Amino acid sequence: MILPTLSTSLKGAMSLPLAISLRAARLVYSGLALFDGLDLELAGGSFTCLLGPSGIGKSSLLRLLAGLTSPGISGQLLGGDGQSLTGRVAYMAQQDLLLPWLNVLDNVTLGNRLRGERVDQQRALDLLMRVGLTDAASARPDALSGGMRQRAALARTLMEDRPVVLMDEPFSGLDALTRLRLQALAAELLAGRTVLLVTHGPLEALRLGEHILIMNGRPATLSVLPDLPGIPPRDPGDPAVQDAYRAILRLLGAV
Amino acid sequence: MSSLWRALLTVGGLLLIWQLIVTLGELPPYLLPDPWAVMIRLWRDSGLLLSHAGVTALEIGLGMLLGTLLGSLSALTLSYSQRARRWLLPVLIASQAIPVFAIAPLLVLWLGYGLASKIAMATLIIYFPVTANFYDGLRHTPRGWLDLARVMLPEPRRWAVLRHIAIPAALPALASGLRVAAAIAPIGAVLGEWVGSSAGLGYLMLHANSRMQIDLMFAALLVLAALAVGLYFTVDAGLKRLLPWHPTNPETSETDSLS
Repeated sequence: MILPTLSTSLKGAMSLPLAISLRAARLVYSGLALFDGLDLELAGGSFTCLLGPSGIGKSSLLRLLAGLTSPGISGQLLGGDGQSLTGRVAYMAQQDLLLPWLNVLDNVTLGNRLRGERVDQQRALDLLMRVGLTDAASARPDALSGGMRQRAALARTLMEDRPVVLMDEPFSGLDALTRLRLQALAAELLAGRTVLLVTHGPLEALRLGEHILIMNGRPATLSVLPDLPGIPPRDPGDPAVQDAYRAILRLLGAV
Repeated sequence: MSSLWRALLTVGGLLLIWQLIVTLGELPPYLLPDPWAVMIRLWRDSGLLLSHAGVTALEIGLGMLLGTLLGSLSALTLSYSQRARRWLLPVLIASQAIPVFAIAPLLVLWLGYGLASKIAMATLIIYFPVTANFYDGLRHTPRGWLDLARVMLPEPRRWAVLRHIAIPAALPALASGLRVAAAIAPIGAVLGEWVGSSAGLGYLMLHANSRMQIDLMFAALLVLAALAVGLYFTVDAGLKRLLPWHPTNPETSETDSLS
């Protein structure tokens, strides 16, 4: 009688925490080094936020981790087990990247179809339920609000069931309330995976990050912010969060 | 409903101007018949006009089908294979430099006076817009979607990406190619009929012209115009129905701006 529950929990255990190491990352853009000799280590199963001003090269760094090469960027990327990361990463961008000709359910199962696998409808429906989109499963993306679209993108990311999840400002296009709700949802659903979330919002990083990295300067360097108390998602009004917020602003030279 | 009224008003206005030119210019019927005479001709010779219109419609329809098929296949080949691009693209562009009018007599010589030469003309004239538009769409798949697919796939699978992302994403571009095709396919068919034929509206017009049956010629012209406009609107409506997710009409683009 207990076996079915066991097998479903084992399914989650398929994606064991996987650490990531990136060495000697380098990005040269029109003769100018945005960063050079950058090292980044992510502990397996940790939620890390990468914070920095616009145009510093955060997105490029994330793309490098996702295996999306573009001209001028290089670095040595390995999983904690010494193997390549190919096929073990899920990627969520600022745009939801939903395909407008597919309904929400088909968008969520896109990876299955691209790889020519059997489409696991039941799992997709379960995930849609968890992000609160059960009723929208057969709707086309153009009928959804921005928040619903980003939730569908989150379900598609989870559907991939990869140990590493890379997110590039996934909530920055949303209104404040929707953003807070989605942050809480993401923190809950991504627990146990190795997550790197790129953001330019200090409060978002403080709310979600177990660890917070700050990328600043030219060529950019990474500095580690002291870990905050409490379990994410943190309350934005928490005094510790407010103190850290001031510290970050000072560090970035905004105050 | 208001667009129908506008169309009727436009047609009525044009007929009025036509009648005015005939009346004020005191033009003889063998130069410009008045609208009423053409209407009578349309009614009396409706059987004859319809049978010739059927031939022309068949030529246009088969030309559209063949041109769409060949054009789509060419665009897919061009986007899939770099070698094909290097060899075929210059040929494709050069082919467009030769006016179809110039090779019409050749086509009639090679393919005969029957349907084949007209279908070939219609095919040729729409081949380029179909190929060029679809190929353009295939080349401009939004980068984000391709990135997403690359992260999802452990090893590159070009065909899967083409099938699930690039081709559907290029369908709106193919659709605008098909709209152009629907507008110009009748030109190809009628051109073929002028050069040499024994049936079709183009043939009927030449025939009537040489016998000074100008009213019949105008009647054939009206039927041809109706055919061309009908084809365009049928294709347009069909494409809108097939691609409901693509915001071509303002109502859908309004909801799209929410995202």
